[in-house]
Amino acid sequence: MVRVLINVPKKAHRGEVIEIKVLISHPMESGQRRNEMGQPIPRDIIHSFRCTYNNQVVLEAELFPAVAANPFLSFFAVAEDTGTIVFAFTDDHGTEQVERAAIVIE
Amino acid sequence: MMRVAACALMAAMGVPVAPISAQAAPPPRSGYTDASPATRAMQDDDSVNPAFLWVQQGETLWSTARDGGTSCAGCHGAPASMQGVAARYPAFDAARGRPVTLAQRIELCRTEHQGEERLDQDSETLLSLTALLGLQSRGMPVSVQQDGPMQPFHDEGARLYATQFGQLNLSCHQCHDELAGQTLAGSLIPQGHANGYPLYRLEWQSLGSLYRRIRNCLTGVRATPFAPDAPELIAIEIYLAGRGRGLVVETPAVRP
Ligand code: HEC
Ligand code: HEC
Repeated sequence: MVRVLINVPKKAHRGEVIEIKVLISHPMESGQRRNEMGQPIPRDIIHSFRCTYNNQVVLEAELFPAVAANPFLSFFAVAEDTGTIVFAFTDDHGTEQVERAAIVIE
Repeated sequence: MMRVAACALMAAMGVPVAPISAQAAPPPRSGYTDASPATRAMQDDDSVNPAFLWVQQGETLWSTARDGGTSCAGCHGAPASMQGVAARYPAFDAARGRPVTLAQRIELCRTEHQGEERLDQDSETLLSLTALLGLQSRGMPVSVQQDGPMQPFHDEGARLYATQFGQLNLSCHQCHDELAGQTLAGSLIPQGHANGYPLYRLEWQSLGSLYRRIRNCLTGVRATPFAPDAPELIAIEIYLAGRGRGLVVETPAVRP
């Protein structure tokens, strides 16, 4: 489990454009670097990210080794119904982590 | 020029040098002001500032007790109870007869009150807790005591600040006062203030302590850096706080 900071408005009006911000603590080790002993440091990145809002895909992204550590993603969605925004991402070890944020439509 | 030469000579002879800030120094200018608009924007928005990943971890550590022990919250209440504390550290500890840094203070609570193992200054745990506590003082003026029992430590810090180090034979003062505002290998030389630490440095891709920063400056002039908890570093930290009087706490800041 890595640390994640999610920023989604708790409340919104129907039809409102909301900004979603996600910050993930991850080394995003590129696989190109070597350690002090000269041995290559194995690649270790989050390679895919998916955000859904009440099961509808908002954003699907592939990430590559050139992304800096602690990746930050920011994107927009239209607020429609009260429900859950789900964030799922997978790293090179095949581990999937899922985080959720609730949103209420007034 | 003469003055610099004289200072350098006195430093070389081990004669204490009066605090250089007594020269007609410009008002302190935070590294924030010298950073690019993009870097400043990162610091301005807590949801974008990666340092908040550590603050979040600090909140978890603050309220977690190990094996039926007492958490920080158990003795201190909410983190907000620490408002203003970070702004006045390092602070003089009368029982120990010396100043302790915020990280050392936390270490004392961890080892004496919680029975935990000692940790490295740059451990994720101490970085997270100092970031959380620093945040409670954000916007407050840096108010580290410089006189009374702190005077000798301030003076030692001033002496070290003016001392030339390393194969490049440069002092903190030469870079951060005389050359501040100019560039070195493409990066701007800031005035070298300590009001944002621990901070997220883009080059480190991580949160880091003031002592890590100073270590970088010393290896930059090809000097052997001080040991992690060396009294020299504490003296420099105290002096830097006094030299930056007028600045407010920015923790957790973002720098290039
Ligand atoms: C050769 C010039 C040089 C010397 C000597 C030097 N520094 Fe620095 N220092 C720099 C540069 C350049 C930076 C900024 C690096 C960057 O942000 O890219 C810096 C950054 C800093 C910062 C961070 C400022 C901020 O806004 O976060 C502090 C604090 C600092 N130095 C303290 C010191 C101390 C204390 C010494 C003496 C032990 C020292 N420096 C010696 C060049 C120097
Ligand atoms: C068993 C109670 C206890 C626990 C647990 C505890 N502390 Fe403390 N803390 C104290 C006491 C008592 C003091 C006052 C100084 C002293 O006597 O050590 C103090 C002082 C401090 C101070 C200095 C406050 C000031 O005004 O200068 C800080 C910072 C601090 N604690 C942080 C922490 C953190 C962070 C934790 C958790 C990792 C923690 N403490 C856990 C009892 C505790």
